Amino acid sequence: MTTCLDAMSQPTISREVVVGIQQGLHARPADLLAREARKWQSRIELVAKTQRVDGKSILDVLTLAAEAGTRLVVEATGPDAQEAIEAIGGLFDRNFNEQSNDKETDS
Amino acid sequence: MKFSDFVAVDAIRSDVEADTKQGVIREMAEALVEAGKIAPGELEGIVKAIMKREDLGSTGIGRGVAVPHTKHPSVDRLVGTVAVSRKGIDFESLDGEPVHLFFLLVSPPDRPGDHLRALENISRQLRDDGFCRRLKASATPADIEHLLEEADSHGIVT
Repeated sequence: MTTCLDAMSQPTISREVVVGIQQGLHARPADLLAREARKWQSRIELVAKTQRVDGKSILDVLTLAAEAGTRLVVEATGPDAQEAIEAIGGLFDRNFNEQSNDKETDS
Repeated sequence: MKFSDFVAVDAIRSDVEADTKQGVIREMAEALVEAGKIAPGELEGIVKAIMKREDLGSTGIGRGVAVPHTKHPSVDRLVGTVAVSRKGIDFESLDGEPVHLFFLLVSPPDRPGDHLRALENISRQLRDDGFCRRLKASATPADIEHLLEEADSHGIVT
């Protein structure tokens, strides 16, 4: 499962990210994340303390219930792993473009 | 978090009449008013807030499921309900499929963790095809209530 270099020489690249959104990884950012992950050929997984989920599935991402401050590892395996990691890491870096102030419907 | 922690059983609907997105949201919010979970005077504001959230991106998350929700200062704890549409409703879902299963959530603005844990529970159960199939086939609100109870007691709820 965690082959770093399989027969097809497809690298696994990983990066730690932190959930910076005050509301945690709720429905909208989970949707953005899964959408971005699906753009790439690589397998994308999110690894939390107690589980590993498919980054391309919004249901999987939501089961992380990742609150603000949670550390996750994003793993990409495949031909475009590097680009995928950069794109997904960027979403976390930009807080999924959410405002830090707490709008009523921004959940 | 379990379903029983946030689902108002009196507000469960097994056969919604509405055939539009706004219609089903209103019908579910009205059910919460009838069940005494949200104040009648807050109904319009809550429906409007949920629709505003939908404008940011549909909560139709695929597999025929939608999770319309909002934060609202008029509730002091997370309240929610479940509804099934026999015919399916166009919800501008991520996968374009009509939605049959609805989970509506209204949470206090200062409790983002509860909202996340409710979403976690819903998503976890929905990954189970058997759960989706049985929910869709539920003939009465009591059937849905039993199914949720079963998921609460046997499911891998944390």
